[in-house]
Amino acid sequence: MDYLLTDENKMVRDLARKIAEEKVRPVAAKYDETQEYPWDVIKVIADAGLFGLFIPEEYGGMSNSVLNLCLATEELSSACGGIAVCYAASALGTFPIVLFGTDEQKKKYLPDLAAGKKVAAFGITEPEAGSDASAITTTAKKAGDHYILNGIKHFITNGGDAETYVVIAMTNKSKGARGASAFIVEKGTPGFSFGKKEEKLGIRASSTRELIFTDCKVPAKNLLSKEGMGFIVTMKTFDISRPGVAAQALGIAQGALAVAVKYSKERHQFGKSISSFQGIQWMLADMATQIEAARALVYACAREIDSGCKDVGKDSAMAKMYASDVAMKVTTDAVQILGGYGYMKDYPAEKFMRDAKITQIYEGTNQIQRNIIALQLIKEMAK
Amino acid sequence: MDIIVCIKQVPETTEVRINPETNTLIREGVKSIINPFDMYAIEEGVRLKEKFGGKVTVITMGPPQAEAALREAISLGADEGILICDRAFAGSDTWATSYTLSGAIKKLGDFDLILCGKQASDGDTAQVGPGISAHLDIPQVTYVKKIEEVKDKLMRVERMMEEGYEIIETPLPAVLTVVKEINEPRLPSLKGMMKAKSAQIVHWSQKELNLDPQSIGLCGSPTQVMKIFTPPQRTGGQILQGEISEVASKLVDLIKDEVH
Repeated sequence: MDYLLTDENKMVRDLARKIAEEKVRPVAAKYDETQEYPWDVIKVIADAGLFGLFIPEEYGGMSNSVLNLCLATEELSSACGGIAVCYAASALGTFPIVLFGTDEQKKKYLPDLAAGKKVAAFGITEPEAGSDASAITTTAKKAGDHYILNGIKHFITNGGDAETYVVIAMTNKSKGARGASAFIVEKGTPGFSFGKKEEKLGIRASSTRELIFTDCKVPAKNLLSKEGMGFIVTMKTFDISRPGVAAQALGIAQGALAVAVKYSKERHQFGKSISSFQGIQWMLADMATQIEAARALVYACAREIDSGCKDVGKDSAMAKMYASDVAMKVTTDAVQILGGYGYMKDYPAEKFMRDAKITQIYEGTNQIQRNIIALQLIKEMAK
Repeated sequence: MDIIVCIKQVPETTEVRINPETNTLIREGVKSIINPFDMYAIEEGVRLKEKFGGKVTVITMGPPQAEAALREAISLGADEGILICDRAFAGSDTWATSYTLSGAIKKLGDFDLILCGKQASDGDTAQVGPGISAHLDIPQVTYVKKIEEVKDKLMRVERMMEEGYEIIETPLPAVLTVVKEINEPRLPSLKGMMKAKSAQIVHWSQKELNLDPQSIGLCGSPTQVMKIFTPPQRTGGQILQGEISEVASKLVDLIKDEVH
């Protein structure tokens, strides 16, 4: 389908596709196996300038376009969802600074992130605070020109490998959600350490660790926005980052479909290629249609954000929820089409299925996305 | 360091199809790319520029669509592209091509180094690089696999041989043709692609170059193409077994048969 992409969009897509084919796909199985952080691929992505896609030009970036970020993430994900999320999670950690940083904060952190010299991470989730983000217990106490952070964040993508972290902590517990604040914390800050690297089902090239704060002294000038704005920072960040997760899901689904189509043409049973059987054809047709519908939703949402629309929460929730559900379904069907081979690690189908699952869970489970959509619907009807 | 890289746009296929009647390449339906060996020349030029400063100018002779190859070279770090394009140049063989390219290089003026890929993947002649050096009357080193040192107007390079390599020192300016062992070409960057998109490609025709009309195009090309064909696949050969003396005499017989 023609999405009437601009020349710039096409350039981003074609470059990301080239990187995906030449640099990501050949190493996807290796990093899935070893769970090492794919620094060599990150360097290629950085040298190509893709880390600049979500950062304004005056801070060393080049487009500040969610659609461009989605196109790049989609292409990279079609080769490896794990390597792609190392990239996309840096966008997630960078957005709060782009959205809420002062000029001084932006000048200090964004150029290195745009150049991909450093990657970023975002830390809100805690062992007891997942979907219920208001249950956060990490605290930040003001002490002179510093804040003292104590607590644990867990399941943090890029945790340990990122240099720049945006962390949500409670500055005033009695105020509940309005008592949370966002801080930029640099790796190496005394009192800031990392827990063990998690063993994951999928996206295994990406690193996931605990962030541990023990009397961690963060300069007061690292406060993002104002005290009490932590949840606003988080929500506004997620509003524009969710299309990125949706694009990741989309890429994973597309990658799985390609594998399924190719295999169905090569696999012969009953004297014919299995692609000549209507049962397989209808599965492929459904998979392709669902992917295209998801793509239309994701691109439309990304364009809406790029056009400056403020109220994008419902639409980005729809894009994330729909695309990730499609990814789970399409990748499961791809494994089915490959049959016994699909279940084996020698073939790429099962990895797509493992990588797809997380997209229904992180950056807000799909149940939470449905809450967001429904609440907004009800609100709109009350107007 | 001012570097000139000569490139060629070729069909993207290792098995070129040939029109049996005209003995020319069938280009329809085949995507055009930069000759793979020229990618190493571009990369080496850009690396030298990054190290020593200066600029990289890419030149190609070809039809108007060869502009795409020059833009791609700019996306990979080259600074300028020059397209030599004129019907008068059509049908050039390696002699006329290297004459025409050297004419364009003379028009460009001062330079320190000319880089070419060792050969083009379509014609496989490996003659244009050496031809340029002959027309310009400057030194050439072919099959360069490493630039060891550059100082002042001197360059020391490693030249790949069948067994091992030679170390050659050459004064500059010189022509180097490079092999794929010399580097790993980078992927383009977004900034490079943006630059390439808006870059002004200079077009030079016979009018600008004012070359000897007898030395360009088809009439300036002494080469006669008698036949182009895909060589037959090499067969596995024959392994002789048995007593050494027996094998030796059998081998002699076989060679005799072959000669007769």
